[in-house]
Amino acid sequence: MTLRTIVAVPLLLLVAACAPVDQEGPGDTAADPTPTTADQCATDQLPLLKAGTLTIGTDSPAFSPWFKGNDPTNGRGYESAVAYAVAEELGFSDGDVSWVTVPFNTSYKPGVKDFDFDINQISITSARAEVVDFSDGYYEAAQAVIALEDSPIAGATSVAELADYNLGAQTGTTSLTAIRDVIQPANDPAVFEDTSAAKQALLNGQVDGILADLPTAFYITAVEIPQATLIGQFQPDVGQQEEFGMLFEKGSELVPCVNEALATLRDDGTLDQIEQEWLSDVVDVPELQ
Amino acid sequence: MERRGVRRHQRIRSTSISTGLVVLVLVVLALVVTGSPGWPRVRETFFNGEDARAVFPDVLGGFWINVKLFMICEVAILALGLAVALARTARSPWLAPVRVAAVVYTDLFRGIPTILLILMLGFGVPALQLQGLPTDELFWAGVALVLSYGAYVAEVYRAGIDSIHPSQVASAEALGLSHTQALRHVVVPQGVRRVVPPLLNDFVSLQKDTALVSVVAVFDAVFAARDYTAYNFNYTPYVVVACFFIVLTVPLARFTDWLSRRWMERERAGQL
Repeated sequence: MTLRTIVAVPLLLLVAACAPVDQEGPGDTAADPTPTTADQCATDQLPLLKAGTLTIGTDSPAFSPWFKGNDPTNGRGYESAVAYAVAEELGFSDGDVSWVTVPFNTSYKPGVKDFDFDINQISITSARAEVVDFSDGYYEAAQAVIALEDSPIAGATSVAELADYNLGAQTGTTSLTAIRDVIQPANDPAVFEDTSAAKQALLNGQVDGILADLPTAFYITAVEIPQATLIGQFQPDVGQQEEFGMLFEKGSELVPCVNEALATLRDDGTLDQIEQEWLSDVVDVPELQ
Repeated sequence: MERRGVRRHQRIRSTSISTGLVVLVLVVLALVVTGSPGWPRVRETFFNGEDARAVFPDVLGGFWINVKLFMICEVAILALGLAVALARTARSPWLAPVRVAAVVYTDLFRGIPTILLILMLGFGVPALQLQGLPTDELFWAGVALVLSYGAYVAEVYRAGIDSIHPSQVASAEALGLSHTQALRHVVVPQGVRRVVPPLLNDFVSLQKDTALVSVVAVFDAVFAARDYTAYNFNYTPYVVVACFFIVLTVPLARFTDWLSRRWMERERAGQL
């Protein structure tokens, strides 16, 4: 026996031992374009992670006004309420809903997901839709600019005026893209890991203004930073309304059923009612030209 | 003559065995990875040429921040580390407060995770709103790196200084050098030379830790990659940024090896 075979044999055994197993995940059997039937969306027919339980993901901390008290399980806050309404429409009682913490950065990792869907103010874009599946939009988000009341930027009335100031937003958000593509400021925008860092930098005067989706921005100025003010809101994409969607594993067969539930909730006015309850304060924010 | 032939034969044999084994392992690994059921998906999300090209300018721009940061910080770290190490090894009773301060500094700053230090300085100090202090996040992130790494490097220096035999100091003083002169001309040069490999090791570590500054909104190479990833749901930028760091650190690691081998040969002066 030569040295090479002595080493090679255990090596090959090792490789065989850790050879990958084909998993029969929901993604593998997907891409089945059969139309939804009532039967397919029956509660016991749904392709779920855990039978009998609807597993929903969101980030931690779960921010207001999307969630209340950093607790997605209480049904309070816009996204929590929508999630429970969808669950009820799919035939789950509140007790059958289980929440998991899914940091935004891990929600789109390749492979099998550990949630049935993720609801976390995720904007639907075509690049993202190549990697994951989205439900239809459940909220149409405008962008809003936050500044400290005594800052010179607080007098701005148009998007063009904002370009002279130091602006910032959270990484990976459409708010950041709105700064880069729509406002196109003279200085590169500051990029923050999360809105908490953005708020701190605003308080420290390290940026003049921060951008966020309108309800988040409203909550920041109303509750978290009382000395801050909402300068105004604007739609970043002319003609193409920006929407938040629930995120699914690519090819999930749950998507049509959730879409059906969302359509029902939209038609019977439940979505409007939930919006009235949790996001009604944000309507009279001035539009930036 | 015959012995030389045998040796050459042995050398060729051992080289071919090791080369063959390395190639075999690489081929097997490549087959396992590319043959796995999820490979097409992984190739699409981690090795996408289009995304790599799209993110390249951003990563390059961010990487320049990393390079500036670790070049400037390294100089400050080496100076601070040496000063603290000398303070810790000082004997004079008059310098007792300095000694205590040095001990407290190394204990404290080696104990605090670097990422927390960057957060506390980067957001904490500007929040004081003191006149005259810079509010630039990059500046304070750099200060945090210097404080954190200075504590490690001080201990490395101290190990080098302590490794110089006391007889060297005694000899220097017998030759009429003062204690300071003995330190300056005898102890420190020898001690530092001995710890150059671990110092370079810390330098490589610092290069990668510059990526931590992203927590205070400094848009470095890793953060640029992460931002693209978060927006487009594609991980290729991480691979791109990893290549940048590898290109930088591998030559430095080889240089460290070469340097320490050369010094070892010189110290042993032909005994091996």
